Amino acid sequence: MSISISPASEEAFVGQQFDDIEQQRDAAKLGMWIFLATEVLFFGGLFLGYTIYRFTYGHIFVEASRKLDVLIGGTNTAVLLISSLLIAFAVRAAKLDQRRALVGLLAGTAVLGCVFMSLKGVEYHKDYVDHLVPRMGFKWEGADPGNAELFYWIYFAMTGLHAIHVTVGIGIMLVLTLLAWLGKFSHGNHNTVEIAGLYWHFVDIVWVFLFPLLYLVGHR
Amino acid sequence: MEEVVQPKVYVRTCIALLVLLAVTWSIGYINLGPFNLIVALAVSIAKAIVIALFFMHIKGSSRILHLAAVAGVIWLLIMISLTLGDYISRGWVPLNH
Repeated sequence: MSISISPASEEAFVGQQFDDIEQQRDAAKLGMWIFLATEVLFFGGLFLGYTIYRFTYGHIFVEASRKLDVLIGGTNTAVLLISSLLIAFAVRAAKLDQRRALVGLLAGTAVLGCVFMSLKGVEYHKDYVDHLVPRMGFKWEGADPGNAELFYWIYFAMTGLHAIHVTVGIGIMLVLTLLAWLGKFSHGNHNTVEIAGLYWHFVDIVWVFLFPLLYLVGHR
Repeated sequence: MEEVVQPKVYVRTCIALLVLLAVTWSIGYINLGPFNLIVALAVSIAKAIVIALFFMHIKGSSRILHLAAVAGVIWLLIMISLTLGDYISRGWVPLNH
């Protein structure tokens, strides 16, 4: 089911501390996966805080969650899933040394990242207009406004940290687009594209958990 | 020599993920009581596994990458389960001050 390719001069990219290009690629991937494990724990602190407060104030979390815009949140999930498809194809194009496809797919991933951030911006503005931003004109008509505000603290902290990661990802994709256009990833030198892809997929996975946990706490 | 996956694998992966998104989204409009959370988490875990296996190439990669991938998740589960163990069990034993 797999296609094998043998690039012309890939040995030219092997650092002197590595035996061969296989070892160099394995080291890069292992390093990225270890970084992603630390990222799991980085986000994990927020997921733990979320878990405790949802366990403690479950009812008010259901009420507060219903005010969020599930259409924007769901659309953004689809946008990120499709961007993951593009970056997966970009890594494939890099391995096959298809420069034009690589440039297009990296740029496409960056564009979908920008679509995600734009929708997030529209949503944050809507939250502000609806008086849902803590400490910035927060108003709550129902019972227990303090703990409702706590839900929105958690919502902005989690989606905000995720948005920072998406922004960094967009920056990485734009730099890689430029480098790919200059032909830096040809002849088997595709390590950078592959580990950038791992980062992007990780950011996608975080949102996959954030969407139901924040937007669909109870049923609507 | 670097092996690449056929394009249809990625397309099928993406379709599976979008179907799972539709499941989460529609379950959000049905009242299943506590099972809303359980189903939502189960679908999210399924999505994460699909992304890791096919998009991040955990399928077909070396054992040491599998280890690195599960290590973060295991530590996260330890952190959440021990902390919840505290919160759930508070008040089980009456304290006399």
